[in-house]
Amino acid sequence: MAFPEPKPRGPELPRKLLKTLDCGQGAVRAVRFNVDGNYCLTCGSDKTLKLWNPLRGTLLRTYSGHGYEVLDAAGSFDNSNLCSGGGDKAVVLWDVASGLVVRKFRGHAGKVNTVQFNEEATLILSGSIDSSIGCWGCHSWRPEPVQTLNEARDGISSVKVSDHEVLAGSVDGRVRRYDLRKGQLFSDYVGSPITCTCFSRDGQCTLVPSLDSTLRLLDKDTGELPGEYTGHQNKQYKLDCCLSERDTHVVSCSEDGKVFFWNLVEVSLPALLLAIELCPSPVRPQPLPYLRRVTLGLELGARRRARMRQEGLADKGVARSGSGRQALEGVGSRIQSDRTSAKQGCWPGPGRGEPAAVSGPSATSSGTRSCLQLWFQLQACPGCVPACGKVRWGLTTLA
Amino acid sequence: MAALDSDSEEDLVSYGTGLEPLEEGERPKKPIPLQDQTVRDEKGRYKRFHGAFSGGFSAGYFNTVGSKEGWTPSTFISSRQNRADKSVLGPEDFMDEEDLSEFGIAPKAIVTTDDFASKTKDRIREKARQLAAATAPIPGATLLDDLITPAKLSVGFELLRKMGWKEGQGVGPRVKRRPRRQKPDPGVKIYGCALPPGSSEGSEEEDDDYLPDNVTFAPKDVTPVDFTPKDNVHGLAYKGLDPHQALFGTSGEHLNLFSGGSEGTSNLLGDIGLNKGRKLGISGQAFGVGALEEEDDDIYATETLSKYDTVLKDEEPGDGLYGWTAPKQYKSQKESEKDLRYIGKILDGFSLASKSLSSKKIYPPPELPKDYRPVHYFRPVVTATSENSHLLQVLSESAGKAAQDPGTHSRHQLNACKRAELLGETPVQSSATSVLEFLSQKDRERIKELKQATDLKAAQLKARSLAQNASSSRLQPSSPDLGHCSWRMALGAGTATTRASNFKPFAKDPEKQKRYEEFLVHVKKGQKDALEHCLDPSMTEWERGREREEFARAAQLYVSSHSTLSSRFTHAKEEDDSDQVEVPRDQENDVNDKQSAVKMKMFGKLTRDTFEWHPDKLLCKRFNVPDPYPDSTLVGLPRVKRDKYSVFNFLTLPETSSSPTTQASSDKVPQHRGPDKSRKPSRWDTSKQEKKEDSISEFLSLARSKVGPPKQESSPIVNKEEEHVLEPLSNKMVNKDVDSPTEGEGSRPSMDLFKAIFASSSDEKSSSSEDEQGDSEDDQEGTEEATFRSSQEIDLGETSSLAHASEPVHPEPTPFPIQKMEIDEREEFGPRLPPVFCPNARQKLEIPQKGKHKKNKEKHKNKKEHRRKKEKKKKHKKHKHKSKQKNKKSEKSSSSESTDSSDSQSDEEGTTDLSPQELLRRLKCLPLRRQ
Repeated sequence: MAFPEPKPRGPELPRKLLKTLDCGQGAVRAVRFNVDGNYCLTCGSDKTLKLWNPLRGTLLRTYSGHGYEVLDAAGSFDNSNLCSGGGDKAVVLWDVASGLVVRKFRGHAGKVNTVQFNEEATLILSGSIDSSIGCWGCHSWRPEPVQTLNEARDGISSVKVSDHEVLAGSVDGRVRRYDLRKGQLFSDYVGSPITCTCFSRDGQCTLVPSLDSTLRLLDKDTGELPGEYTGHQNKQYKLDCCLSERDTHVVSCSEDGKVFFWNLVEVSLPALLLAIELCPSPVRPQPLPYLRRVTLGLELGARRRARMRQEGLADKGVARSGSGRQALEGVGSRIQSDRTSAKQGCWPGPGRGEPAAVSGPSATSSGTRSCLQLWFQLQACPGCVPACGKVRWGLTTLA
Repeated sequence: MAALDSDSEEDLVSYGTGLEPLEEGERPKKPIPLQDQTVRDEKGRYKRFHGAFSGGFSAGYFNTVGSKEGWTPSTFISSRQNRADKSVLGPEDFMDEEDLSEFGIAPKAIVTTDDFASKTKDRIREKARQLAAATAPIPGATLLDDLITPAKLSVGFELLRKMGWKEGQGVGPRVKRRPRRQKPDPGVKIYGCALPPGSSEGSEEEDDDYLPDNVTFAPKDVTPVDFTPKDNVHGLAYKGLDPHQALFGTSGEHLNLFSGGSEGTSNLLGDIGLNKGRKLGISGQAFGVGALEEEDDDIYATETLSKYDTVLKDEEPGDGLYGWTAPKQYKSQKESEKDLRYIGKILDGFSLASKSLSSKKIYPPPELPKDYRPVHYFRPVVTATSENSHLLQVLSESAGKAAQDPGTHSRHQLNACKRAELLGETPVQSSATSVLEFLSQKDRERIKELKQATDLKAAQLKARSLAQNASSSRLQPSSPDLGHCSWRMALGAGTATTRASNFKPFAKDPEKQKRYEEFLVHVKKGQKDALEHCLDPSMTEWERGREREEFARAAQLYVSSHSTLSSRFTHAKEEDDSDQVEVPRDQENDVNDKQSAVKMKMFGKLTRDTFEWHPDKLLCKRFNVPDPYPDSTLVGLPRVKRDKYSVFNFLTLPETSSSPTTQASSDKVPQHRGPDKSRKPSRWDTSKQEKKEDSISEFLSLARSKVGPPKQESSPIVNKEEEHVLEPLSNKMVNKDVDSPTEGEGSRPSMDLFKAIFASSSDEKSSSSEDEQGDSEDDQEGTEEATFRSSQEIDLGETSSLAHASEPVHPEPTPFPIQKMEIDEREEFGPRLPPVFCPNARQKLEIPQKGKHKKNKEKHKNKKEHRRKKEKKKKHKKHKHKSKQKNKKSEKSSSSESTDSSDSQSDEEGTTDLSPQELLRRLKCLPLRRQ
């Protein structure tokens, strides 16, 4: 190569709308990336769950079997299973390739707001508005959960799982962190109903948005407040938020149809870095008195688990090419090939060289270039603007 | 191989194993008798004939499925430690070596599978494929399979071919064939070669009409009998429309949907496939058809129904040669003809029946009544009075019974009041719907006034109470006895503002309800000592304590549905732990502090609560995390048990009334010792017990309030009447009806009537009354053992046969009327109450008194949890109880046993002149008799 590699620039924020997926499943209740961020799941209010290749915009599979709208979904680490929870109070474990229901767990007394796999996909943790978290064993036929965490006093809005912790945000205004190693429950009082929770990538902090239009960064160990982020609007709805891939930014949806970015650490800088407007007409939904409905969802390119997974791969001795193309495994080959072709065909932007090098999740570990995918979804709730039912996303490099 | 060894026979081929050469002078061995013959495997182990998968011999380890090590295979690798090198096990890993041998279920030897065995297809298989192709959504989809066939031929085919055999021919010497009779000319002209007729045609025609004499033919290939399993859901022999025939067949042809008997023979002779095989190559019409068209005619062919059979019948047989077993041609004949034909075909040794079989008479099922519903709804077992009729309604609705409009009341939907009306009784005095009606006019006005006044003050009161709440709740853990009163008050004040005045938790006890409302009024006014004002001075300290708590709880709980709903959807700013059965040991501390901390952004210690939390063992395993508390069996937060106050405490459910006596007796002591300490967690404080306790205390206070101090010296007759006064409160109609006979024996209706009306509640009554028996005796034996015993013996003497049934309800003159009252209550509610004046009752209880009640007492002593749980189940308990009683009384005469079942009847009515036999008889014919 004649010229040396350009010096890696600072992270850039997404400014360009790349693609809009018209999901055709009514209001989209949640959008979730898979482990490596190459697929996404949309949870529709038409009782279906759809698997997309967002790069191409192709629908890969529709999973139907829910009795009511699907409120959340998650993919397992090996991409072989999906779980979803919905308004039919059921938690469903899906087989990705066949599209069939593997298990259906019925034990919640109310809608299931959120579902998560644990790291090894042996458990599904589901938070419901019946203020309990069910831990369901994926491989057991027992109809009852392994354990029910019912310490919350109100509906569970969000559950996140790390290797030994369960983080649960509840409408009762508390974030509870169950530490399985220590055998302790840490309950942090925030006061306002919590809509989402998020571990930071380094595992030191938790990001806790609440209905007082504030995102709080709480120290995991002490419960102290290193940072607070305001400026967006979040008073009624369950909005998603997350931290960027290297904990540099805090990203959150806002009820006015924007996505806000804050610089995580440098408080001296203007806190609000960017507010991109994704929905042309701001949603003016009818206020819902209680946080029973997911309205806005956002997920940053789910690279978070990619590292973990790569380590797992390295352990298994799966060879990866130096360019960072990720070893493919897990999902059915059809989907895989689809992805690969999509990657090569649709990756936008000039001067990127090999497409796989840009998008391959191993870039996270090598630290050369990677992308930030921003998912954003808007939907309406009953009685407001007709649900646009689309998923928009922007993409940029964070190299 | 003796044959091979010899040189002279080198060129011979020998099969099998030769016999051992006989030695000189040796006598030939005797063959082993059959019973001594054994089968051994290659390792010399005996094989037992077994009927298992592999050859029918024993499999596994000594006929078990396991291995020598048991169920755990020796290659077990912990999935936890060595997850990475866990190899994927196939089914072969679990097989024995026998299974992998040549004749096992998974032979290792390489054999040619059927698919690759031969190019010439198996006839049956081909036919199946044809059929599949015909029935497939796309006809001819299997053509692709035909194109892709392996080229390998089996050795047999190769050999046969080399011997001059051609496919499609039979094996054997060539035969001369006689010319057959001419087939009738088909209606359609065939140019060149016609399409092969469909397989359904089943004709045996030979296409060669002209046969020279000196030409021999290969014999026909013989296809074995078609044993193709029937895998469709069609009727027998129905094979559906053959698409070949329907689509490409000639238009005039008749389509037979049934493969007739002729097909069987044709199958045997293997004709169809043969014909097809011969003609497949040259198909289509020779003239007038384009290269790409199939057939000209078919383009304009019309489907006519006449091509199809409209009736189910066989073809007329031409030759009349039926099978030897059954005649075939009878379907289209009339009966007489059929008979005639039958006569002709009757087998030897059989004769025709002179008269036909009489057809079985079929009785139609009984006609169901119009409004019959095939679902049994268990009626809610709440005593139906007008007071709690709304409750009853709610319960019945929850039980799935839709509220019926009054016009269509059936017998089962009548409540007690309506029944009373039907029976022409005077309505019960307490049928007033509101307790307010019990109050004087003045009181009512006062209450209304107060209510209005307090509504105005509501907001400011609420604020005050909240503050109070905050301060006092911090106090609470240190001094629960002191703190909880004010805490309750504060809570009560907090919620009293939204309380609906129309909800009456103590509706069945007007006195108590009155006190309760008074209490509410006081609370609304903000009086601290509201309870002390309104509580009955005649009550004991313990009762007062109980009631105080009950009121406070009720004040919290009984808010109207509207306010309940609205309160249900508030932000959970306040921890609502009021009605927890088990509350976490560590409470999340005060919310107010935290709120202020959040406001000041002082996150950290102020906003954080840390609890000990026990994850489930399985959860830890799934998370791949060591169990932090390997020794604890606890799951979740460590919990302590506290009072449970639920709505059901205040319902007169017979579940509580028929509840086992054990709780009551075991509860009694702690209650007695510390009446005010029930907030303190104690080992008796289980939820179920608490429930019971509440009801007991309620009943107790109810009884107190009814009897009152002045009546304490009343005579037994007065007692008896009190008993009747009391009973209506919970069990009005039942007891009223049952009571009346005791007063006027002659005028009472027959027992069956009561049974018919109250049949549903009879079970509980009987069981509870049995409890009462035991309890009352226990009780009295504690205090006045001698007197009661003697009286019992008198009773026994009097009504020898009905002795046990009627014992406790014979009110003997007792020196302790209060205790008498307890007995009465027990009659209604089951659990026994503590004898207030007898603190050492428990000890006495433990003295085994009488054989019959030994079991009961043992149960009293037994405080194990599982016992209680078991007894919680009403039905269980009931049966158990009965059976026990029966066992204990096994030495008794059969007559007394028979009365046992009729206890429920005879309990209340004291001495009856019905003999046990009579009772039994009535009981038996009970459902039929209804007057």
